[in-house]
Amino acid sequence: MLKYLSKRLFFAIPTLLIISFALFAILDLAPNDPTSNLPITIPPEVRAEIKTSLGLDKPFHIRYFKWMEQFFINEPLNLIEEITGLEIGDSESRLRVRSWSSHSPVVDSIVERLPQTLWVVGLSYVFGILIALPIGVVSAYKQYSWFDQIGTFVSMVGFSIPTFFTGLVLIVVFSVWLSWLPSTYDTTHDITDLSSLWYQIKQMTMPVLVLAFYNAAQLSRFMRASVLENLNLDYVRTARAKGLRDRAILLKHVLRNSMLPVVTMIALGVPTIFTGAIITEQIFRVNGIGQLLITGINSADIPLVQSLSFLFAVLIVAFNLIADIVYGILDPRIKYE
Amino acid sequence: MKLENLARADLSIQQAREHPSPWMIVWIALKSHKGALVGAGVFSFIVLAVLVGPLFYTVDPQLTDYAVRNQGISWQHPLGTDNIGRDMLAQVLSGGRIALAVGFAAMLLSLFLGTVVGVIAGYYKRLDGPLMRLTDLFLAMPLLPLLLVIILLFRDALRDIFGLEFGIFILIVFVIGITSWMQTARIVRGETLAIKEREFVLAATSVGTSGLHIISTHILPNILSPIMVSATLGVASAIITESALSFLGLGFPSDFPTWGRLLYDGAPWIGIDSTNWLVRVFAPGIAISLTVLSVNYIGDALRDAIDPRVRNK
Repeated sequence: MLKYLSKRLFFAIPTLLIISFALFAILDLAPNDPTSNLPITIPPEVRAEIKTSLGLDKPFHIRYFKWMEQFFINEPLNLIEEITGLEIGDSESRLRVRSWSSHSPVVDSIVERLPQTLWVVGLSYVFGILIALPIGVVSAYKQYSWFDQIGTFVSMVGFSIPTFFTGLVLIVVFSVWLSWLPSTYDTTHDITDLSSLWYQIKQMTMPVLVLAFYNAAQLSRFMRASVLENLNLDYVRTARAKGLRDRAILLKHVLRNSMLPVVTMIALGVPTIFTGAIITEQIFRVNGIGQLLITGINSADIPLVQSLSFLFAVLIVAFNLIADIVYGILDPRIKYE
Repeated sequence: MKLENLARADLSIQQAREHPSPWMIVWIALKSHKGALVGAGVFSFIVLAVLVGPLFYTVDPQLTDYAVRNQGISWQHPLGTDNIGRDMLAQVLSGGRIALAVGFAAMLLSLFLGTVVGVIAGYYKRLDGPLMRLTDLFLAMPLLPLLLVIILLFRDALRDIFGLEFGIFILIVFVIGITSWMQTARIVRGETLAIKEREFVLAATSVGTSGLHIISTHILPNILSPIMVSATLGVASAIITESALSFLGLGFPSDFPTWGRLLYDGAPWIGIDSTNWLVRVFAPGIAISLTVLSVNYIGDALRDAIDPRVRNK
């Protein structure tokens, strides 16, 4: 297991390094000027000074290593300090990744925005899984029944309709026609009593529903295919031949085996729903990290965009690793390959 | 003698069943899936409508007429008008043209890249490792943020070179193409590895056929079916990606709106009385959804048709 793990880890680190370099290079090579948004009355000398103060006059490799130092050493140290309250070294003069538009440290605004995204994304994923797995199993077990027909149709629809359209349809139905739910997400809302908790649930319903529907559609298709594949295997026939009841075969043998690829799929899907949340947050005005990215892009805030994109890359690589590990634990055959 | 011929005929039938030609696949898929048949019908209708429709419905989608802004459905404007008086039906038709053009062009680019990478990785053992690592690397990229960033950074530069509409078209096709070839490459590599071991490739190698020639005349024709499935599903995902980019305001501009952009422009008016918002949201939204849904149904049926486990049931 340890050997298998270290092999995976050995691949993950260079991957991240190359991605960080690629992200840095793309943003750096682009014809873009941080001072272009400033008023045209500012003379060129001042513009040059602004660029110097941002460190833009340094050569490419120095800026890249500076950014790496800030991102991999300084920012984690700051986070540790904030969590534990300890002071490590000279924390005041430590260089931080700062936003070009707000001038506050990028990591601070990410930490501030992260809870909203995590709540919406996390809940929708949990709901999506809880809906998808039973539907997939029943669909496969009763293949071609009316339940399966409807289930596959709905999942095909959910998988094909883009989330930005489902979101708008929900707003039209539940906010405009029925006026049950608020169409925008109020992030300043505090939960103090039952009625404010109820409001919080109401305002989270639609964003969670949109993403949950999309995730459930994808997962149930996958679950159905996986169960179907297992139902035709020899061990099911053996189990049936020795007189096991269908229920026991399905729940004990088939379910366990068909969960293998599904669990990997669930782990691999986590980063995609974070990027999917970019669109959902935009529709419902949830001020999570997806919206932060869009505002960063619209104001050409390179350090912010760089850090956020890299954060998404870290998520993808981390969950790939988790998927590998989980698969290795669940299926001992994998380790020996 | 007769028996031998029979056996040979039987073998060729069996081979045809195991390795149906691409057109056979389409036939099998449409014959056995009702969904695919309906999907093909709907998709043909949409393609015909956006291609031929503007020839009959000759209203200029860019014509702004403040006198008739925010109008509902009428004989003059079958889908009403938007907030600056542009005709919605004309916009949906022309938006569909661009959306489908982007979808097909991006799919072709991604298919080309995926096939080249996949065939080379599968055929030349020495390049297999590096090319597959490259594929893994691309799969680990945060694609949507990356797409947004690239578009933001290069939009203006390309606009200056190729003009407003064509510049953004090239950019979007390019970014979608280079970020979606990985699945195709993996599938093509797997198929190439399998075909490479077959006797006819060995025979071709033994008479001194060059690698390039073997790939083009022996391998590619034999892996056409999985490539076709990739192509179908690729169109659907390219259309979704383009409309998502436009919906975030980073795709096509309002002057050349695609379905995604029409949705983006219509969304802020939701719930505001007498603004024709219902049509402005639902017309492009349903257009995108129906297109993608029908293409996905066709793709699903094709995938089933090339899968011998499903086909021989």
